Amino acid sequence: MNGLNISELNELRQQFPALHQSVYGKPLVYLDNAATTQKPQLVIDRITKYYSSENCNIHRGVHYLSQVATAAFEAVRANVAGFIHAAKSEEIIFTKGTTEAINLLAGSLAGFLIGMGDSVLVTGMEHHSNLVPWQQLCKRNHAKLLVAQLDDKGEVSLEQFGKLLEQKPKLVAITHISNALGTINPVKEMITMAHANDIPVLIDGAQSVAHMRVDVQDLDCDFFAFSGHKMYGPMGVGVLYGKEKWLEQMPPWQFGGEMVDQVSLQETTFNQLPFKFEAGTPNVAGVLGLGAAIDFLNQTGLEKIGKHEQQLLDLAIKKLQSVQGIRFIGNANNRAGVISFIVDGTHPTDIGILVDKMGVAVRTGHHCAQPVMTRFDVPGTVRASFALYNTAEEVEVFVSAVQKAVRMLL
Amino acid sequence: MTIQEIQEQIVNEFSLFEDWMDKYNYLIEMGKEVPRIDERYKTNNHLISGCQSRVWLHAENRDGKIYFTADSDAVITKGLVNLLIRVFSGHSPEAILEADTDFIERIGLKEHLSPTRSNGLVSMVKQMKLYAQVYKLKQDN
Ligand SMILES: Cc1ncc(COP(=O)(O)O)c(C=O)c1O
Repeated sequence: MNGLNISELNELRQQFPALHQSVYGKPLVYLDNAATTQKPQLVIDRITKYYSSENCNIHRGVHYLSQVATAAFEAVRANVAGFIHAAKSEEIIFTKGTTEAINLLAGSLAGFLIGMGDSVLVTGMEHHSNLVPWQQLCKRNHAKLLVAQLDDKGEVSLEQFGKLLEQKPKLVAITHISNALGTINPVKEMITMAHANDIPVLIDGAQSVAHMRVDVQDLDCDFFAFSGHKMYGPMGVGVLYGKEKWLEQMPPWQFGGEMVDQVSLQETTFNQLPFKFEAGTPNVAGVLGLGAAIDFLNQTGLEKIGKHEQQLLDLAIKKLQSVQGIRFIGNANNRAGVISFIVDGTHPTDIGILVDKMGVAVRTGHHCAQPVMTRFDVPGTVRASFALYNTAEEVEVFVSAVQKAVRMLL
Repeated sequence: MTIQEIQEQIVNEFSLFEDWMDKYNYLIEMGKEVPRIDERYKTNNHLISGCQSRVWLHAENRDGKIYFTADSDAVITKGLVNLLIRVFSGHSPEAILEADTDFIERIGLKEHLSPTRSNGLVSMVKQMKLYAQVYKLKQDN
């Protein structure tokens, strides 16, 4: 499978209105895709259409509009299930993002699976969203947080991971792809290892779903979380996938409308899956936009996208070598389209400010992964992250901008 | 010179720059010559929160005037803080509290003023004014 050819790429770029603008009089080069991706017109149109002609609360009304909106909403649930190859639509729970998905899981498991003296296993490369909920749960419930440390390349040692599994944690929570290092974890292997010890696994897929084909049944993960806005969809919508056998047993996390069956002043019985976990009016427009984003990804083809981004990554790494004093943070053998680096004698913020003036949007700082920065003993990094619409020319502009910034600073 | 006069002077200096690169080169130069804060003040207590890079700021009161010293691990940030020190250091608490900061906009560094967490300029100004407030209260008592 090849990446995208020039005409495909141009055609795709045309679909993203936000890409076609200038900042400080220079064409925008948007390389902050790990933070959030731009949105194609069809996603924007879908949201507009909903608010223009379909707006209605769902699952409640017998009237026409409510039925239209409910049907559209539930169709996206099926679409999401297909996208990650879940066995059933009921295993798809809509949240406002990865963070909420993980908090939902932690909140529910706190009273169910993880108690005093138990432990949870994470890695040293987790985004704060997949670290702090577990750390705080462990504090509250007097449980222990186990951490699989990173080697100098930014990889988890499977040997150490295996050793930690011997401590019988109640849950393994690991990221699929590190947003700070670009490392692609061998999650399938890690899941097999955990399952051999009867331990369920949550995969934080925030950085993976838009860049590779994810099949939750093939991975056999027990839970999988991701955000719409990092996959060309809108902000404020995300997904928690969970195997039915787990979701059935788990207690609800938030309480309110939608998620109940019978309510008296003293007692409540809860709705069935997936509604048990969806309290209150959901982000209907967001969900519909997410559906459009999935259609867009399916049409474009994740294999092609992955290949294209890999080509950009390889080119960027090669070109950046010419920057004097550059040090890549994260050199995993298997990595996605994320490059983190620092340059000797400069601060990442300085580089970020200067390349911004040249029209290049990169991220600087700790990328919500402070323990990773501590591990590599850096104050932060400059991070460029690619999406399907980035081009080789943009990589060139980015690398020259970094070179120019470094010349100014040193 | 009054704070107002220093600000006018800076605006004049910046008006000579032809493009953003000249401006930032100047900031970088200034960043390399910040009146260095005494090492013993480079503690967490002196860190300004709300900056992506670390900025330490120290204030001293001599003869009713406040003198600032600072440091940062990022050079452009250091240049910015130096600019503020040039404006505010050596003035009375009242003058510092009354001064406005529209000169930053006038020299075209407005993007550093947005109250987001990664841009520390707002936090620096706030912290300097806070020091002035504290010394003013001490004086009044
Ligand atoms: C690996 C990873 N996990 C979780 C998150 C949190 O996602 P959100 O802010 O959309 O909830 C991010 C976003 O930066 C991420 O990169």
